[in-house]
Amino acid sequence: MSEHLEVLKTYKIYVGGNFPRTESGRYYKVFDSEGDLLANACLCSRKDVRDAVKTARGAFNGWASRNAYNRGQILYRIAEMLEGRRAEFEKQLSRIGFTKAEAESDVNTSIDRLIYYAGWTDKYQQVFGSVNPVASAHFNFSILEPTGVTGIFAPENSPLLGLVSVIAPVIAGGNVCVVLASQAYPTLSILFAEVLNSSDVPGGVVNILTGKKEELAEHFSSHMDVNALLYTDALNTDMKKMIDENASLNVKRIVKKNIEDWYSDKSQDPYLLLDFQETKTTWHPVGF
Amino acid sequence: MSQTADTKEKPYKPTSPNSKLDFASIWEYDPAPESSDHVEIKDKYELFINGKFVKPSKGRYFKSTNPATNKVLTEFAEATQKDVDSAVKAARKAFEGEWSSISAKSRGKYLFRLARMLQERAREFAVLESMDGGKPIRESRDVDVPLAAAHFFYYAGWADKLDYAFPGKTPEPLGVCGQIIPWNFPLLMLAWKIAPALACGNTVVLKPAETTSLTAMKFAELVKDAGLPDGVVNIITGAGQTGAEIVNHKDIDKIAFTGSTGVGKLIQRSLAGTDKKFTLELGGKGAFIVFEDAAIDQAVEGVINAIFFNQGHVCCAGSRLLVQEGIADLLIRKLKDRMESLIVGDPLDKNTDIGAINSEQQYETINKYLEIGVEEGADVFQCKCSIPDAGYFIRPTLLTNVSQANTVVQEEIFGPVLTIQTFRTADEAIEKANNTPFGLAGGVWTDKGSKIFKVGSELRSGVVWANTYNKFDPTSPFGGYKESGVGREGGLHGLSAYLKLN
Amino acid sequence: MNLTDFTTSVPIDHVAVEERVSRLNKRSIKKGSKVQALKLALSMMDLTTLEGKDSPGKVIQLCQKAKKPYAAMPDIPTVAAVCVYPNMVKVAKDHLKGSGIHVASVATAFPSGMAPLSVRIDDTKFAVEQGADEVDMVISRGAFLAGEFNLVFDEIAAIKEACGKAHLKVILETGELHTYENVRKASDLAMQAGGDFIKTSTGKISPAATQPVTLVMLEAIRDYYYKTGKKIGMKPAGGIRTAKQALQYLVLVKETLGAEWLNNELFRFGASSLANDVLMQIVKQETGQYQSPDYFSID
Repeated sequence: MSEHLEVLKTYKIYVGGNFPRTESGRYYKVFDSEGDLLANACLCSRKDVRDAVKTARGAFNGWASRNAYNRGQILYRIAEMLEGRRAEFEKQLSRIGFTKAEAESDVNTSIDRLIYYAGWTDKYQQVFGSVNPVASAHFNFSILEPTGVTGIFAPENSPLLGLVSVIAPVIAGGNVCVVLASQAYPTLSILFAEVLNSSDVPGGVVNILTGKKEELAEHFSSHMDVNALLYTDALNTDMKKMIDENASLNVKRIVKKNIEDWYSDKSQDPYLLLDFQETKTTWHPVGF
Repeated sequence: MSQTADTKEKPYKPTSPNSKLDFASIWEYDPAPESSDHVEIKDKYELFINGKFVKPSKGRYFKSTNPATNKVLTEFAEATQKDVDSAVKAARKAFEGEWSSISAKSRGKYLFRLARMLQERAREFAVLESMDGGKPIRESRDVDVPLAAAHFFYYAGWADKLDYAFPGKTPEPLGVCGQIIPWNFPLLMLAWKIAPALACGNTVVLKPAETTSLTAMKFAELVKDAGLPDGVVNIITGAGQTGAEIVNHKDIDKIAFTGSTGVGKLIQRSLAGTDKKFTLELGGKGAFIVFEDAAIDQAVEGVINAIFFNQGHVCCAGSRLLVQEGIADLLIRKLKDRMESLIVGDPLDKNTDIGAINSEQQYETINKYLEIGVEEGADVFQCKCSIPDAGYFIRPTLLTNVSQANTVVQEEIFGPVLTIQTFRTADEAIEKANNTPFGLAGGVWTDKGSKIFKVGSELRSGVVWANTYNKFDPTSPFGGYKESGVGREGGLHGLSAYLKLN
Repeated sequence: MNLTDFTTSVPIDHVAVEERVSRLNKRSIKKGSKVQALKLALSMMDLTTLEGKDSPGKVIQLCQKAKKPYAAMPDIPTVAAVCVYPNMVKVAKDHLKGSGIHVASVATAFPSGMAPLSVRIDDTKFAVEQGADEVDMVISRGAFLAGEFNLVFDEIAAIKEACGKAHLKVILETGELHTYENVRKASDLAMQAGGDFIKTSTGKISPAATQPVTLVMLEAIRDYYYKTGKKIGMKPAGGIRTAKQALQYLVLVKETLGAEWLNNELFRFGASSLANDVLMQIVKQETGQYQSPDYFSID
């Protein structure tokens, strides 16, 4: 076999279905478990958050108005694409210290998780919506509608499964998101962005930034066009407080979930999907 | 022609040339005041803590007036930090003690008792509500009090059925709930807060608004009469500072607040960094969209209900009328005629449609907005009705010639003031309706079913009233999108605000 | 004015109409305003007898009652009209001479209207010739429900012509029209075809007059007035038996059309037993004592 020098991959961010570089031009070094350079990841700035939120907002109406069956099919399609590219993910996971079995299991569970939420898209309305027996001549029903643009701080130590587990319930319910990837292991998130990009997820529905939570949390939480924010890692008291305080600027919904074991079935939950739904109640008279 | 009835002293006027209806009637309704003889108002009300009426630790009281007469009704105790603390302690003790040890079925039965007792004393509560807050007796009698009782009745039934409410989860109460309610529907908001909290097994510390604490203190009497264990319901009175003490108390597990978006944001900020759960039901600027194929006379009546119900002191009021251009003139004409038959005045008169503005402060706020409206170029229409000399009254008002950029279109006025804008297409109507940080409620009027579903689904608000407005029911979830709040009250959805789901 | 295309409907929301009525029913009419309204109601009454067994004797007694509703109170108003079948018009006319009380006659093959138009026109002409001041016609409900709006329109216009100087009240028989939209459409049609009054019912079909139907008709009158400046009268008929109901109807009129309709030129009650209850309430208001029917003549 002839000699082949490996072509190194450039990991950029994922915004609006494209892979731009951070507008700041900044980067940070990401290393593998051996301490070797894995990538020069984008060190995103406040303006990247701004651009991503704008893009996400633009995609919101279209995604929210997709029918549930279609959203389910698209989530399933993501799982299919992940299955097809599992080798690349397993390889990447092993570079950051997963054993072969662990990497396999991580990808397997990630695929299953996508399918789990794919199946919920056309069911949660029936389980959690309601027809309300009001005491007047009105037909009254409550349905769930997506909250809107959701910020997500992906789990730091579960760069694939954790990432998939926070994105899936949010988009299954018709929301769009701007995700801040695991700071230490951002490469998996960009690989996953490639999966998203080759599935049928419309551009802008999922946007993935890389960088530092310390720097960006303020901008995620204070942005007036972000409707909700999800994080699952324990944050330090100051940051937690800062996020909550900023959230009060626009009555942002802050969803804090303490999830450590992403392999557990308990970490998949339609109630997590429900955290990003608004209940809309409609009244109409009943008469001739 | 035959002899007519004796109408000599008030001859009817001839037809005016422009086919204008004449509502300055030859036949006026005589006053029909609801009697207040049977209600007792004490000179002074204490705090209700741990099943007892106790004096405030600092011995301070504040006066409460009837906004229709500006006369002092009574005095309420001002709860300060020490009182808040003893209320929370009592609630904690009850939560960890008796309230948790009794069966869910018994918990429900206490709530059924409260519902029934409220019905038994309904007229008394209605009269007090009108005297204290200025709302017309027709509303307090037919809306506030019956709905409050219905709320207790509805949630009473949930108490022993919570396992069926959230599939796959085991519900548990949160603990001690701090609840702060507004002055626009004092008793009803109390019911919205206390009924689900208790049904879910929590205990509460509730603070009514300082201008409308009377029915809450009367309700405390019911709690005693119904024999609820001490400390399950604690009701303490006071102003914003007392509310802040509740919000900031370390041993409270959950805060439920209904009120302005401004204060709601302050509360959310105060809770930052804590693990207290909270639900907020905040302000709104509801759009009332009328298409040209709507049932127009009913739509006019809908507008009246949307903006003049409870003097417009309604968070979900339809305060922005958006009307399709083709019918705008006709609708506005009909609306003006309809407004001429509104009766503004004594809240206790059974014929009063619009009572007193709740407080001097709110009266000034509304007038300030009217001034701003005029400064920004709005045309003002007010009906010619007479209003009393004493007390705080504002004539029902329309503001036309306004646009999205006007302050009166953007901000919540919380009074009987409607802005009117026109639109040409459904898309334009939806765009204008959603062009606000609020998202509580909206109305859509059209005879076409498919249009209702389309417009209804595009409105970003927690409630959509189609061909109706300002309807409430204990089974119907209520709450806002965006800056109009977090969480839902009412219905099954209202339970989740008071439960941990494991 | 452009003629309306009656194949389209003015949308009416059933539930909201009834809510509006229920809100209007909450008006509390007390003291002086109650006496005033009761007297007004009495003055608006079309005292009616429409039975197969009607005889001159019965009609004469009714006319006596019309002229002097309650002998003990000579100052109370007389009723507006006496309403009878065409062959009783002459009897009534003779006995009401000089009283100012009108004679109204039902005509047009009342109550069904199921006769050829020529017969109905003759019926109308006969009543007018006999001296009827007012004619209460019925519309062809069958044709209306079959969508033959122009036919219904033309028939009303033909009867109007046959009426000459007599005022025409058009009975829609709302109990057979089923929906408020139909009531509204029939109202529009009757007004445009020349009716001076629109009237709910014959009294032979249940439901007869209801308040929601009356509200819908008053709103139709209002819209017609907005467009043309013409004031059309309103007559609910049938099923109105108590003074309390009468007051509720007056509230509907007052708050929908205003003061100008609060007289018997533009509003009537078609009723046979209402008068006595109204009288009893007037006496109660003036004496302070609750009354017994034994003291009020049953004619």
